[in-house]
Amino acid sequence: MSSGHGSLQRTPLHDWHIAHGAKIVAFAGYEMPVQYTPGVLKEHLWTREKAGLFDVSHMGQAFLKGADHAATAAALERLVPADIAALQPGQQRYTQLLDDTGGILDDLMVTRSARPEHDGKLLLIVNAGCKQADYVHIAARIPAGFELVEATQLALIALQGPGAARVVGALMPQASDLPFMAARFCAFGDTEVHISRSGYTGEDGYEISVPADKVVALWDALASHPDVQPIGLGARDSLRLEAGLCLYGHDIDTTTSPIEAGLAWSIQKRRRLEGGFPGAARIQRELAEGPLRRRVGIRPEGKAPAREGTEIRDKSGALIGTVTSGGFGPSANGPVAMGYVAAAHAKSGTPVDLMVRGKPLAATVVDMPFVPHRYVRKT
Amino acid sequence: MLRFSKDHEWVHVEGDLATIGITVHAQGQLGDVVFVEVPEAGRKVAAGEAVAVVESVKAASDVYAPLSGEVVEANGALADSPALVNEDAEGKAWFFKVRLADKSQLDGLMDRAAYDQFVAEHG
Repeated sequence: MSSGHGSLQRTPLHDWHIAHGAKIVAFAGYEMPVQYTPGVLKEHLWTREKAGLFDVSHMGQAFLKGADHAATAAALERLVPADIAALQPGQQRYTQLLDDTGGILDDLMVTRSARPEHDGKLLLIVNAGCKQADYVHIAARIPAGFELVEATQLALIALQGPGAARVVGALMPQASDLPFMAARFCAFGDTEVHISRSGYTGEDGYEISVPADKVVALWDALASHPDVQPIGLGARDSLRLEAGLCLYGHDIDTTTSPIEAGLAWSIQKRRRLEGGFPGAARIQRELAEGPLRRRVGIRPEGKAPAREGTEIRDKSGALIGTVTSGGFGPSANGPVAMGYVAAAHAKSGTPVDLMVRGKPLAATVVDMPFVPHRYVRKT
Repeated sequence: MLRFSKDHEWVHVEGDLATIGITVHAQGQLGDVVFVEVPEAGRKVAAGEAVAVVESVKAASDVYAPLSGEVVEANGALADSPALVNEDAEGKAWFFKVRLADKSQLDGLMDRAAYDQFVAEHG
């Protein structure tokens, strides 16, 4: 990653974005495309209908290495609540780095290398805005004999949408039958790339980790397909919001636990029983007794969006929570939001008021996602 | 007579009636408009007062009254078709009409050439 003007970094695709009409904004220390010429609305709908190509090279990629899988998994399990030991080669899991109170320092993807000769190597993909703090946190807490290596020579791109499998499969047939949350190495010409079937839109799709000096060639090959359009951070945000997925620093942070955030599904049974991760006592208590507040989906009536920070009140006017993400959902064709409410008000169907510009806006607590997930569970 | 404000509103004046909307430049900056809230007829507004709201997929923005007076009509079509703002910002997507209290306030606004230069300099 090279330096741009000021202190902002650029991804290896920066010149491509500029040449293709991107509007650039500062995001997590990087100059990133927020939208291209079509704009957020059209880019969002294109992704749900065909295939959207995202530059996510600002995200952090790092390898945690130890003697063998059991050892590396045990080291990482001291920091996250997911069952890492049970990962099969090439299997990927979503989890969270937790602080000692069970608050979320970051959320991340963990993949066990598919290669037997890489036994003991885990790929971590973390948020751009958290990566330096994450690396310091992890490095300070892994025992001797383990190594955390930041993969600064790797770029990361994502192809998302119902057309993604066809497009990627035409270039790299080995990627076609990957199930959701699995990864393998594939050949793109004479370049080896690491492909996982995952993403941040609720659609089928892939994230592809590729050497930085080869990413433009791969991006061009994908972008040249008539079903593929480049998509900026604006639509990435509206797509993940409709999919009910958390954005770190907004929907989750050190003040929220994974149970409050509705992420209990990402804590497997063995870890719930055994604990052994930061904040385990609180998380086990919240699993048993229920948390004091919960992250919920909210559907405002009418067309006015409710943005992050909007107060949520019950029908008697009492403050019960706050919106953490909100906006217009192009596929939901209306305003959508998520936020935290006191547990007593978290049931789907509960009527609430959102305080928008000083006036109560009627809304309803709803189940998420707002748009059904279309992950490919089995091929 | 057509005038423009530094808040990127256009004002079309006939007699003491001003029709007000946001400029083509402003809608381009906002991106896809998904919600518009206009003031009710009969409301007295002061120049510089936030009187309408326009929201794009990205953010919410206030629309200010460029002139003082009484709102006599608002464009109800924008509630159902907010995208009109992107399609025809300086035509069908007018926001509201004001009966002017003080026509001398028009002197504080720009003509088209001055506004174009303002946009070129300030974005």
